Amino acid sequence: MSGAFGDQALEPPARTTSQRMARFVAKTPIHIALLAIALVWLLPTIGLLITSFRPSEDVLSNGWWTVFTGNLRFTTDNYQSVLGGQGMLTAFLNSVSISIPSTILPLLISALAAYAFAWLEFPLRDTIFLVVVALLMIPVQMTLIPLLDLFAALGLNRGFLMLWIAHTTFALPFGIFLLRNFFITLPRDLIEAARMDGASSWKIFTTVVVPLSVPALASYGIFQFLWVWNDLLMALIFAPRGGQPMTVQVTGLLGTYGTEWHILAAAAFVIMLVPLIVFFSLQRYFVQGLLAGSVK
Amino acid sequence: MATVTFDHVSKRYGPEVVAVNDLNLEIQDGEFLVLVGPSGCGKTTALRCVAGLEEITDGQLRIGDRVVNDVAPKDRDIAMVFQSYALYPHMSVFDNLAFGLKLRKTPKDQIKRRVDEAAKILGLERLLDRKPKALSGGQRQRVALGRAIVREPEVFLMDEPLSNLDAKLRVETRANIARLHQRLETTTVYVTHDQVEAMTMGDRIAVMRDGLLQQVGSPQDLYEHPVNIFVAGFIGSPSMNFATTQVDEGGLKLGEARLELSAKAAQVAADRPRGSQVTIGFRPEHLELLNGEDSGVVKIPAKVDVVEFLGNEELLHADAQGNEIVALVSSDRRVKVGDLIDFALPIDKLHIFDPETEKSLTA
Repeated sequence: MSGAFGDQALEPPARTTSQRMARFVAKTPIHIALLAIALVWLLPTIGLLITSFRPSEDVLSNGWWTVFTGNLRFTTDNYQSVLGGQGMLTAFLNSVSISIPSTILPLLISALAAYAFAWLEFPLRDTIFLVVVALLMIPVQMTLIPLLDLFAALGLNRGFLMLWIAHTTFALPFGIFLLRNFFITLPRDLIEAARMDGASSWKIFTTVVVPLSVPALASYGIFQFLWVWNDLLMALIFAPRGGQPMTVQVTGLLGTYGTEWHILAAAAFVIMLVPLIVFFSLQRYFVQGLLAGSVK
Repeated sequence: MATVTFDHVSKRYGPEVVAVNDLNLEIQDGEFLVLVGPSGCGKTTALRCVAGLEEITDGQLRIGDRVVNDVAPKDRDIAMVFQSYALYPHMSVFDNLAFGLKLRKTPKDQIKRRVDEAAKILGLERLLDRKPKALSGGQRQRVALGRAIVREPEVFLMDEPLSNLDAKLRVETRANIARLHQRLETTTVYVTHDQVEAMTMGDRIAVMRDGLLQQVGSPQDLYEHPVNIFVAGFIGSPSMNFATTQVDEGGLKLGEARLELSAKAAQVAADRPRGSQVTIGFRPEHLELLNGEDSGVVKIPAKVDVVEFLGNEELLHADAQGNEIVALVSSDRRVKVGDLIDFALPIDKLHIFDPETEKSLTA
């Protein structure tokens, strides 16, 4: 909680210029190390970004770093061909149609389950919770064939519904684990005060637990959205024809135009765009949410 | 408004832990009853049983004539003030106060009226739009009280509501709660570990220890006639002095000194076997410096080892034949460390306890 009481500034402010200098110098090695790590981390992405704006002949003949030595030819052709000609817009819409329900469903279900594990009393509660957490260890790959069998037995066809169900199922153990551990840190007195005030379990969930857990819910939501958005494996197996998301589409580009790196770079950037927007617009919650459970 | 009755109520956690042991207690309609005891004595558990936050293991709990063993907290028509206040941090003061009423589907205009009324009683009118984190400790405490009173319940339950306040505010709020109770006349069960709060606020006080009810009575009753060593030592500040004495031919000896006894005390002593021991108790504030040849007083010789000056009074720590005792006397600065003096205790202020059972023999 930041705000009115200035609880963020724990270090006393440096009084003189020389003190400030001394502190800056003392921290210089840390700053250099951090910058170096950030640079190494960003380098491939920067390269990809530059490549995506270069004409195809340049991409094939020399490296992206040559732009720093005066090779300044840029074009938006790559993006035009990606968004226009290659069915990428459909893929983008498919990605959205897959990701949004696959984020909202697990969010809803795991929040409810986590609430039950944290605050309701029922027999074998903690044992069941342990079993749920143990499910985290099951690799997705192992379950694909049985899952397909099951869907077939249920008479489901390849389609978004399959993807939604599959993504939701695999997201639940982590979601329940994360949210339960957050909910349990809410003060017991608050929950009991609400009970005394006459709130039912459902009311306590909607009016007390959820509003106080926005950071945790948001971080889980972001996490799950990024996971589904970037997923290739499930999409390859469950996505219907014509319903492929961008990840599948871009891998398709690799196969079809094996050497057309300029298109690939632009396509990769289009995929990254949405997660970046989501991440930066909600990062406040993300950071808060990851810390929220541990500190306090 | 209603009575609250504990009828052989027990609360056990597993086979080992008995938090509340066969509690029998009837709280009168409109009464302010204080449950007091050291931490872990079961007082909070007893309160939570009334609230319905803990299920009772045995016995019957009644609010009014209704048995509420299996009634959900929200249907018991009670309100509780928590030690931590437990305000909803994401709601304004108004919404905090109105929450319970909204859940009960009270009409909007009535909610507004009742919240405004409670806010006026507690001086919260100008804070209604604020969030709890923008309030001081005392203000939060009043919001917590307000949340209980807007509901106009049959019974108030308060779990150490003053323990998070600083000393000055605590004294102030203590008086405010007492005033509030006089005004609303709602049956109140108040839990505290602070005997001063208990003495000043309670119509009656119930002292608990290890899950067992020790004594119930008016503050005066508990102060003057404690039934055992525990209650005697717990009630009153500074605590009662205890000393071991020998039963002698029709009297008691503290070390070499023979004690003057009232007729009742002498009878008690006479009933004990010669040579056995009994514990005597006397309050620091009843001790005086012996003045010439006072009569009707118990003379207690002692050697002063610490003098604490408090302003108009002095606390004298002294050694009386191997027993640490404390005396609270008006400070005329006559006594110095190392002095051998005689304290005088009014003869009817001496308590005698059985050292085995710890029960009072004079109550």
